[in-house]
Amino acid sequence: MSGAIIALVVVAVIIVLLGLWLAGTYNGLVRLRNQVENAWAQIDVQLKRRHDLIPNLVETARGYMKHERQTLEEITKARNLAQKASGPGEASEAEQQLSSALGQFFLVVENYPDLKANQNFLALQEELTSTENKIGFARQFYNDQTMQYNIRIQSFPANLVAGMLGFHRRDLFELESEAERQVPRVSFE
Amino acid sequence: MWEAIRANRFRSRLLIVVLAAVLMGLGYVIGFAIHPEAGLIGLGAALLVWMVLVLTAATGGSSLLLAGAEAEAIRHEDYPLLFNVVEEMSIAAGLSPLPKVYIIDSDAPNAFAVGKKGNSAVAVTSGLLMRLNRDELQGVIAHEIGHIVNNDTRFMTTAGVTVAAVVLLSDVFLRSMLYSSGRRRRGRGHGGGGAAVVAIIFAILAPVLAQLLYFACSRRREYLADACAARFTRYPPGLASALEKISASAWRMRNVNRALAPMFTVSPLKGSTVHGIFSTHPPTEKRVQVLRAMGGASYAEYEKAFGRTVGEHIIGARTLSEDAAAPVREPSAEPERSELEKTRQVVDVLHRLEGMLAVTCACGLKTRVPPGYAKEEEINCPRCGRLIPLGPAIMAAAAAGAMGREGTSADRQSPRAESTRQTETIVNEPGKWQNVNCSCGHTIQLSPNFSALQVRCGDCGRRYRVVRE
Repeated sequence: MSGAIIALVVVAVIIVLLGLWLAGTYNGLVRLRNQVENAWAQIDVQLKRRHDLIPNLVETARGYMKHERQTLEEITKARNLAQKASGPGEASEAEQQLSSALGQFFLVVENYPDLKANQNFLALQEELTSTENKIGFARQFYNDQTMQYNIRIQSFPANLVAGMLGFHRRDLFELESEAERQVPRVSFE
Repeated sequence: MWEAIRANRFRSRLLIVVLAAVLMGLGYVIGFAIHPEAGLIGLGAALLVWMVLVLTAATGGSSLLLAGAEAEAIRHEDYPLLFNVVEEMSIAAGLSPLPKVYIIDSDAPNAFAVGKKGNSAVAVTSGLLMRLNRDELQGVIAHEIGHIVNNDTRFMTTAGVTVAAVVLLSDVFLRSMLYSSGRRRRGRGHGGGGAAVVAIIFAILAPVLAQLLYFACSRRREYLADACAARFTRYPPGLASALEKISASAWRMRNVNRALAPMFTVSPLKGSTVHGIFSTHPPTEKRVQVLRAMGGASYAEYEKAFGRTVGEHIIGARTLSEDAAAPVREPSAEPERSELEKTRQVVDVLHRLEGMLAVTCACGLKTRVPPGYAKEEEINCPRCGRLIPLGPAIMAAAAAGAMGREGTSADRQSPRAESTRQTETIVNEPGKWQNVNCSCGHTIQLSPNFSALQVRCGDCGRRYRVVRE
């Protein structure tokens, strides 16, 4: 009689402990996942900000750069494409395109001292430079968080339940594709 | 985001507990020395003092510290570069909301952070902005944000306040013993003499012990904030070169609160070039050495470089186990701006914060006018001598002030302006000393090479136009 009660109590205690551990693990994982999602949202915010800055930049530069219509049009085109892009794959390609168009543009700007002295242009340039940095740092933070999240759901003992509770591995965010990484390598050997 | 370096959390709590225990013990011993039954009363008193201090530090601490350092809040449009760098580093550290940004008018290059994660602030000196480029500034700001996310700001203020209480209590006790010893010896015989001796020894040792603990902890946290800075920026050479520039500067900051010292990038205290067990910061050369020895930007790389140069462990095992590889990035592609250019920009910001008016003379000279002038007034151009009416500039500043900043020159007008509507004329003979009696009774003295077209009474502010034959 008393043996059965003790067994019952032991089982109950084990169930309660298991439930507590499960709840704790679940909460921890949810917190991590939220952080990953916030980090992702931050990348989005910065990409949108870049899209918003570009029309102003093109407008300011147009007056000074009569002979660079093509460069300016390319930026506008890349920006519109990036804005319309759907899905992370398409988006990252379009953003990459936009980055290189901007890089091209800032190289050309070196030939226009009047433009480089324009206060409005300088302010826009600072904002764009910083937005590029912010995209980079947001990506870095996202990758750090994702890495931590992935390590956590794959390590014992959380890995026993992570799949059941709906936590799955997430991919890191790489802006450059393999092909683009190899393009600028020029060799004169 | 939780604390980036977790092993530190336990150490910090231990520090606070030990410091509080030292304080309580001191209170008890002092109470006991005064009267054998008053030990617990002394302990209670020490506890009360400690609680009041900690609460004050926790609630009003950061605004007091910022005000004490004469820091002024700035907005994005005042100094976009600084603001953007703070934002970049907050994103890299996952710190949200963004810290507020303050600027301090001081030539000593330095920076500090205050507050807790939800409500923090970063203050930099104008000297720092004048000297550093973007990568270096990023390194310094990342170091400060490292202090915020590692909770250093909170722990070090609490610890600092506790140490201050220990020092204060033992000081008061020792002084009272010193001044009353003669009287007491005669009056009471030697009742409780042994206790008094123990109390005196304890009162001498306690502050030294507390400070040693505090400084050791502070130095450790500096290294940890450096590790964070390297990781956030992915560019250890940035902070390294900033540290070199900062330590090479001979300027020292004024009005530095000692409790705030551990929060600075490099110790702002006098004589801090001497490094030892009583300094808040490790030697700058050591910090630079560690940063320069890093092969990557991860915590693991910092740990390795630290082991090689200092020969100890610094980062907890748990942080290292979750650490990912972090290659060093390229330096910023931004063209280096000259120191003159940066200085000009910083001085512009400081002038705007002070409510100085920018006016341009017809000869092309741009000049600044201090606040306190009325719309009807004019100044002489320092180059060509023309009269420049201040009306348009004041109106423009007032319009800008209505849109945003409070306290521009237009609404900060001093009462002096009232008395200066009408200007009288002084006839000045060049090449001679001249005394002029102002109608307020003050004497204005003009030197032999006085050449301005206006002079202002140093006492009442009345202005006189000066004409020469």
